[in-house]
Amino acid sequence: MTNFFSTLSILAAAEGDKVVEFSDGGTLAEFAWLIPVVPLLAAFAIVFWGKKLPQKGWELAVGAMGFVGLYGTVLFLSNFSQGITYEGSVNIAQLGDMAVEWGWMVDGLSIMMYFVVGVVGTLVFVYARSYMDGDIRFTWFFASFSLFAGGMLVLVSAANFIQLIVGWELVGVASYLLIGHYWESHENSSAAIKAFLVNKVADVGLFIGAIMMSVSVGSFRFTDILHAVEEHDGTLSQVAFWAGLAVFIGAMGKSAQFPFHVWLPDAMAGPTPVSALMHAATMVTAGVYLVGRLFPFYLTEGFAEEVRVVIIIVGALTLFLTGLIALVQNDIKKVLAYSTLSQLGYMMAAMGAGAYTAGLFHLFTHAFFKALLFLGAGSVIHAVHSNNMSDMGGLRKYMPWTYRTFVVASMALAGLPIFAGFFSKDEILASLNYASSNFSASVGGGSVATVVLVMAIAGAFITAFYMTRTVALTFFGEYKGHGEPHESPKLMYVPLIILGAFSVAAGWINIPGITSWFTDAVGARFQIVADHHATSFDVPMLVLGLAAALGGIALGWRIWMPDRETQSARDTFRINGLYPLLENKYFIDDFYMGAIVRPLRGPVARSVDWFNGHVLDLVVNGAGFMAAATGKLVYGFDQRGLDGAINASAGGAGKMGGLLRLTQTGRIQQYVVGMFIGAIVIVAGFVFFGQ
Amino acid sequence: MFDSGWGLSLIVFLPLVGAGVVLAIPKAQEETQKMTALLFAGAAFVLSVLAVFAFDFGGAAELQLGTDRSWIAAINANYHIGVDGISLPMLVLSTFVTVLAIVYSWDHWPDPHNPKAFLALILILATGMNGTFVALDLILFFVFFEVVLLPMYFMIGIWGDRAEVVVPVLKLKTEMRLYASIKFFLFTLFGSAFMLLGFLALYFNAPERTFDIVQLSEYGQAGAFATAAGGWIFAGLFLGFAVKVPMFPFHTWLPDAHTAAPTVGSVLLAAILLKLGTYGFIRISLPILPDQAQDWAPIIAILAVIGIIYASLACLAQTDMKRLIAFSSVGHMGFVMLGIATLTDIGINAAVIGMVAHGLITGLLFFLAGSMSHRYHTREMARLGGNQKLMPIMGGLLGFTAMASLGLPGLAGFWGEFMALLASFNPLDGLPLGVFRTAMVVGAIGTVLTAGYLLWMLQKVNFGEPKEEWAGKEFHDVDAYEMAAWAPLVVAIIAMGVFPKIVFGATNDAVVNLVQQAFGG
Repeated sequence: MTNFFSTLSILAAAEGDKVVEFSDGGTLAEFAWLIPVVPLLAAFAIVFWGKKLPQKGWELAVGAMGFVGLYGTVLFLSNFSQGITYEGSVNIAQLGDMAVEWGWMVDGLSIMMYFVVGVVGTLVFVYARSYMDGDIRFTWFFASFSLFAGGMLVLVSAANFIQLIVGWELVGVASYLLIGHYWESHENSSAAIKAFLVNKVADVGLFIGAIMMSVSVGSFRFTDILHAVEEHDGTLSQVAFWAGLAVFIGAMGKSAQFPFHVWLPDAMAGPTPVSALMHAATMVTAGVYLVGRLFPFYLTEGFAEEVRVVIIIVGALTLFLTGLIALVQNDIKKVLAYSTLSQLGYMMAAMGAGAYTAGLFHLFTHAFFKALLFLGAGSVIHAVHSNNMSDMGGLRKYMPWTYRTFVVASMALAGLPIFAGFFSKDEILASLNYASSNFSASVGGGSVATVVLVMAIAGAFITAFYMTRTVALTFFGEYKGHGEPHESPKLMYVPLIILGAFSVAAGWINIPGITSWFTDAVGARFQIVADHHATSFDVPMLVLGLAAALGGIALGWRIWMPDRETQSARDTFRINGLYPLLENKYFIDDFYMGAIVRPLRGPVARSVDWFNGHVLDLVVNGAGFMAAATGKLVYGFDQRGLDGAINASAGGAGKMGGLLRLTQTGRIQQYVVGMFIGAIVIVAGFVFFGQ
Repeated sequence: MFDSGWGLSLIVFLPLVGAGVVLAIPKAQEETQKMTALLFAGAAFVLSVLAVFAFDFGGAAELQLGTDRSWIAAINANYHIGVDGISLPMLVLSTFVTVLAIVYSWDHWPDPHNPKAFLALILILATGMNGTFVALDLILFFVFFEVVLLPMYFMIGIWGDRAEVVVPVLKLKTEMRLYASIKFFLFTLFGSAFMLLGFLALYFNAPERTFDIVQLSEYGQAGAFATAAGGWIFAGLFLGFAVKVPMFPFHTWLPDAHTAAPTVGSVLLAAILLKLGTYGFIRISLPILPDQAQDWAPIIAILAVIGIIYASLACLAQTDMKRLIAFSSVGHMGFVMLGIATLTDIGINAAVIGMVAHGLITGLLFFLAGSMSHRYHTREMARLGGNQKLMPIMGGLLGFTAMASLGLPGLAGFWGEFMALLASFNPLDGLPLGVFRTAMVVGAIGTVLTAGYLLWMLQKVNFGEPKEEWAGKEFHDVDAYEMAAWAPLVVAIIAMGVFPKIVFGATNDAVVNLVQQAFGG
């Protein structure tokens, strides 16, 4: 006999034969399931006991995050030396032939993410201790933030679609909670709902794509799905295009790709550390990560290869269109938000071009310098109590550390040599260039890639341009706000310095022709990703990219810097015709609200409700009404006809009347006793009729 | 103690005995009545937990712990009871929620008070619910199925909402509770009449006249009902079960019944009563009438997804929090029915876990809605803003439960929804792929609308600053009885979400066996 406990066994089915050319990572990989579990436990503990602790729960949050950072670093370093591929699984349910499992993937791709989430996360958590000091919901903030970290790590450690979806939605909820952290204001809770719902719409794609792939292969495991790709499995191949497209729609939501990008700028309603970690460095890269996870599926002929033309176009539109919007923002966080969108576009475009390493490398470097920019912006906001750059200016004198690190990050973002962004952006441009001459016809041919390449170079110009504007308006000229701003406490600027170091050095691990550590590291996978990877600098692209960046900086400097007195007047710099379009974000938000959300919540919903009450119910009520009327008619006949006879026998009538009165006294007790007796009669039936 | 069906019989009838004892206690001794009710309901729950340990999960496909005795020999109706992996979770859910309902009632009495009668009704209800889940004879099933009807009718009719309503179009003025209770009663009775006809037709059409579900299933799987009559029988059963679920377009009794019912009534209605319908499909319609099930499956799937979208849209229009939750049940049960309609092992597994999850989650939502309207004396969401500030724990629980209800992965509600969608991608061989794959997409879009109405509900109720009318008023947050009733639900929702094997471990073998026997799939 199998009792209740033995049926709960979690032993997973043995792994199939897979080509493993790397080390299995030993104990370190075996226990990597701790990486998502520790922050999740911390989140629970903070909810229940956080307020009683001396640091109000922060110590648990930062402890858990530090653990992940440390674990991630050790894994990251050992992956450099030996290359790790390990997949652990436990079974959490069996449905027919499909096993639902909890797994932890320890390979180059996930290790890179552990490292980024752990290291940037720890720095942001340390920073947030000071930034959130005195917040009305300090403890709750760190509980939600730890929930996010746990969810993100569930997502990146996922070895199968089910778990990926669990992590995917957990970070969505954490994002909802943290964007709406100050829910007293309607605007903030609306921004939170917007983020959740836009993602939920995209998740329809993720769900359907995941279902199509998993059902076709008979397994939720990524390794099984990608193995089927290697084997050119016919069933999977049949649904591959639509499945690949559907999953990509999911990725578009989380990574805020055009036209799903609308939630990210609004998400800036959350506290700045949240924007730094979730809405810049990690969570929004989940879509890029997912495409990377399934990369062979998108790369292999006969599968979702054609989807790549969609990916590259969406990426290009995102990087270009949102970069332009960043130009006209006054809120410093909004500038950075649109900049994030634009950079996510670069990553996606690279993925679409088939450049796995380049896309992920940009994800990696961007995480550091964009987190730094946001934390720097937070430090500024902390000092001037306003998000608007029109209230800033001249801050370099007041906040030297914030200023220096912010400029370092800006140069990294603009892509100046030595800085991290230079290497990753250059690699993307080189890959696009390669794709423009090597793109196969099934992916739209080289001309698509050429157009995208031009947009990417233009994007580099725009990036440098708006970052120069931001630096100029914030740190140069005269201070225009109130009070006397001062540098943030040590707990805030030390993380900035550390991130600054990463923003410089993170690029050095993948210099074409010199180092290829990053390439080798993210290439450590069960299924080898055979992307094109440049072994030397693509000099024309390097020159073009650099020229675009320098041009952007020079033009920005000319417009915003020459005479400091008129600086704010110059911010009225307008691009005729284009400006209203950018100011209104191409009217996309208005379209969604006007054409979808408001009609659904208003007229459509109300008419369904009306239909329910006035049409469907009419049948019911009408039938009831008719029945009652018929009853009356019959009763009338009954009274005059049949009852006459009964009334004649007075004794009987008296007894009947008494019984009737009894049930009509309205006393509940009697009804219930009556029912009880009725039930007893049924029971008695067992006894009497039994045998 | 579970030999020859004693354990299961006790689970079914102990509450009824409890009702008798409660009724015998003098009216003034309310504490004794409550203790007694709790004792009997608790005993039934403990026994059902013991049943879980006595159950052989290796043979979850078999009916266990039961007995089969002659009952009404004249018509060959037997006292045949037993549980398999499908009914076991339902039985535990039923006894579990009954205990919580009594614990909650401890300090929350709707007018006109009278705990004695109220508790007795809950206990009688429990007998009906538990009985339905263990009955393996159609007559026995029918009796238990109908026993449930009266206590709920009285709960709504007597302790229900006294607000005056005007019936649309007909312009009849009446009290909410009266309108809703009669509507509930007539609707369900209407359905059961056809169901009973179906049962009788099965009896007369069987090669050997019997009401035994197991035997009838064998006949059905041998093709005994693959006749024109079979179609009519399925239709009859369909009406009976579809009204109970309720499926679109037979759902209109539900929002009224829920809105009018006292809190505990709503909880039991949502958590258990609705499942009697879906359970009926799985236990009776599918195994006995497999051929007709395949004919009807596309229709059921279409009605199910219409229900999902329709209910979500209706929810968007609600201003009354309880009515919104009520409508949401129609949508959630739509996913359960979609799972059943696929006629696959994954789909039916999804349906069972969906039933349990909906019981826990919507039960908790109704508890919360009840406690909130108890404090605010209104259910109008427009007046409730800022609840999170006035009652942080209550607000937090509402947020948690709303997340569970929108199918958040990691909580109980996700599995039923996602797996039902997954099953619709590849329904049973021979079912129209186009219909089911469209249903999958439409159902998935339904999850977006579901998230929408729940999040907007949270925004209206929980967020923002409290309205001026509550200024200076003291609200006391969740009390001890509420916590005692709700904490187990929260734990169960998380546990099932993280480790669904708690349910799937029981259901899978039974479901796989059912699908194999009935559909050879």
